[in-house]
Amino acid sequence: MSKTAYDCVKIVRGNDRPTSIDLIKGMFTEFVELHGDRRYADDAAVIGGVGYLGERPVTVIGIEKGHTVKERAFRRFGAPMPEGYRKALRLMKQAEKFGRPVICFVDTSGAYCGVDAEERGQGEAVAENLVTMMGLKVPVISIIIGEGGSGGALALAVADRVWMFENAVYSVISPEGCAAILWKDAACAPEAAESLKITAKDSLKFGIIEEMISENNLGKPEFYQELKTKIESELSELSGLSVEELTQKRYMRFRSLGRFERSE
Amino acid sequence: MALLNFKRRPQNELELGGRQRIEMDQSDPEMTCPNCRKSSPSSAVWQNFNVCPECGYHYRTRARQRILMMTDSNSFSEMFTGLRPSDPLKFRGYKNKLEAAGAISNEEEAVVTGTASIGGINTALFVMEPGFMMGSMGSVVGEKIVSLFEYATDKGLPVVGFTVSGGARMQEGLFSLMQMARTSGAVMRHSDAGLFYLPILTSPTTGGVTASFAMDGDIILAEPGATIGFAGARVVEQTTRKPLPKGFQTAESMLEHGFIDAIVPRTKQKKIIARLLKMHTGNKAEDL
Repeated sequence: MSKTAYDCVKIVRGNDRPTSIDLIKGMFTEFVELHGDRRYADDAAVIGGVGYLGERPVTVIGIEKGHTVKERAFRRFGAPMPEGYRKALRLMKQAEKFGRPVICFVDTSGAYCGVDAEERGQGEAVAENLVTMMGLKVPVISIIIGEGGSGGALALAVADRVWMFENAVYSVISPEGCAAILWKDAACAPEAAESLKITAKDSLKFGIIEEMISENNLGKPEFYQELKTKIESELSELSGLSVEELTQKRYMRFRSLGRFERSE
Repeated sequence: MALLNFKRRPQNELELGGRQRIEMDQSDPEMTCPNCRKSSPSSAVWQNFNVCPECGYHYRTRARQRILMMTDSNSFSEMFTGLRPSDPLKFRGYKNKLEAAGAISNEEEAVVTGTASIGGINTALFVMEPGFMMGSMGSVVGEKIVSLFEYATDKGLPVVGFTVSGGARMQEGLFSLMQMARTSGAVMRHSDAGLFYLPILTSPTTGGVTASFAMDGDIILAEPGATIGFAGARVVEQTTRKPLPKGFQTAESMLEHGFIDAIVPRTKQKKIIARLLKMHTGNKAEDL
């Protein structure tokens, strides 16, 4: 029997799955982690920094869940605070200044949900990232490596290329949240997951992502090597575009992502 | 937990959801204010911009009522009509919900777009419709907002927009999420052209709309007492398992924390909007 959408959800929530830190270690060299949003704090749920991808200096930003219970508590289970998104924003603008491409790894059930996050402007932080990423003058590639939870994921996924790992999920709302709101029963999450069409295959079919990355060798050296080669070749292509072409294509990429009917 | 939920009073209008009547029926001779419980003649409420004359409670207001209140008479010209939601996910119950929403609101979708003059100044205008699935944002809302901003950019017009939304429309799955990026892109291009965008946040403005074009304004206004936030209040309470602070996710709290520019009562909005438009377009507004 093939995997259901909710099987994928369970797989990507597993604590032995590679996280952003593993991907950075596996693919980038001379990585230097950079902290803080210069406004309020440093958010452990978002890691960022500079490093080499092959010969090329790049900015890397990833949502980090951690593996152990202790790590996961420290990383707030990969649910970023507004300062996490503002750190990402700062690093993206820095990348733009120095002409470096940006690579984002997305793995979150959603932006952190709490009184402090709301009072520090979670909505504003996400909104600001969407606008800034749309106009960023350097190539951006976002890869959803596990959970792509709603606006909190999109805030790092307004990119020239959006890819998903084979078992990753990308959704407007968590299956549990959807089930609770629509059917008043969080136990209907598997059905909600199915209805919401959250798998990489669905996203690919709908044209919301460009590629689905096979997980056959997930976490092994050859997996990282292959993914690294793939990102490098994509960056070479994107680097050949003028800033106008790049931002126009990015705008049009998202401009086309709506489904509706036109009646006379 | 179930008992707790039973006993707990709803925190805001959104949580009341469909159970709360949308205050719009002017055939009733009297309206009873849900805030102060006093009755006023409907005509008096209407003449007071759908604001309770006794306590200043802002009744929820339909898109076309708002257009009447806020624009110069006969100046509104509707654009981007004839777009209808499809059901890309074949989501259970969505078709029926859409039909019901159309019947309740008498609108095609959750936003009305066009051009109008306010205090004699031409502007692009969008007004979201609470009667259509609580202003939730699917592909059609996204398309209309994007088209309006593109039109305004092309014509060099400012954009004035009234938001009311429960957020992204989950029945359209990722397509609804993508509307956040699409609308943000269109707002960015309008802004890059040096043009003025003035959103006015009305109750409730939450979720994906807050996290995209509602918060992208050059100047952001809000109505008194409006619920404004990202995550739903109940979700926050259940996640943190702590009582919410007083005034959580209100316009007043947003002002205190520095996320909006001003709270403007509905009775004064047209004057303030006209004043701001005048300062940002170089036009001369008529005296109001």
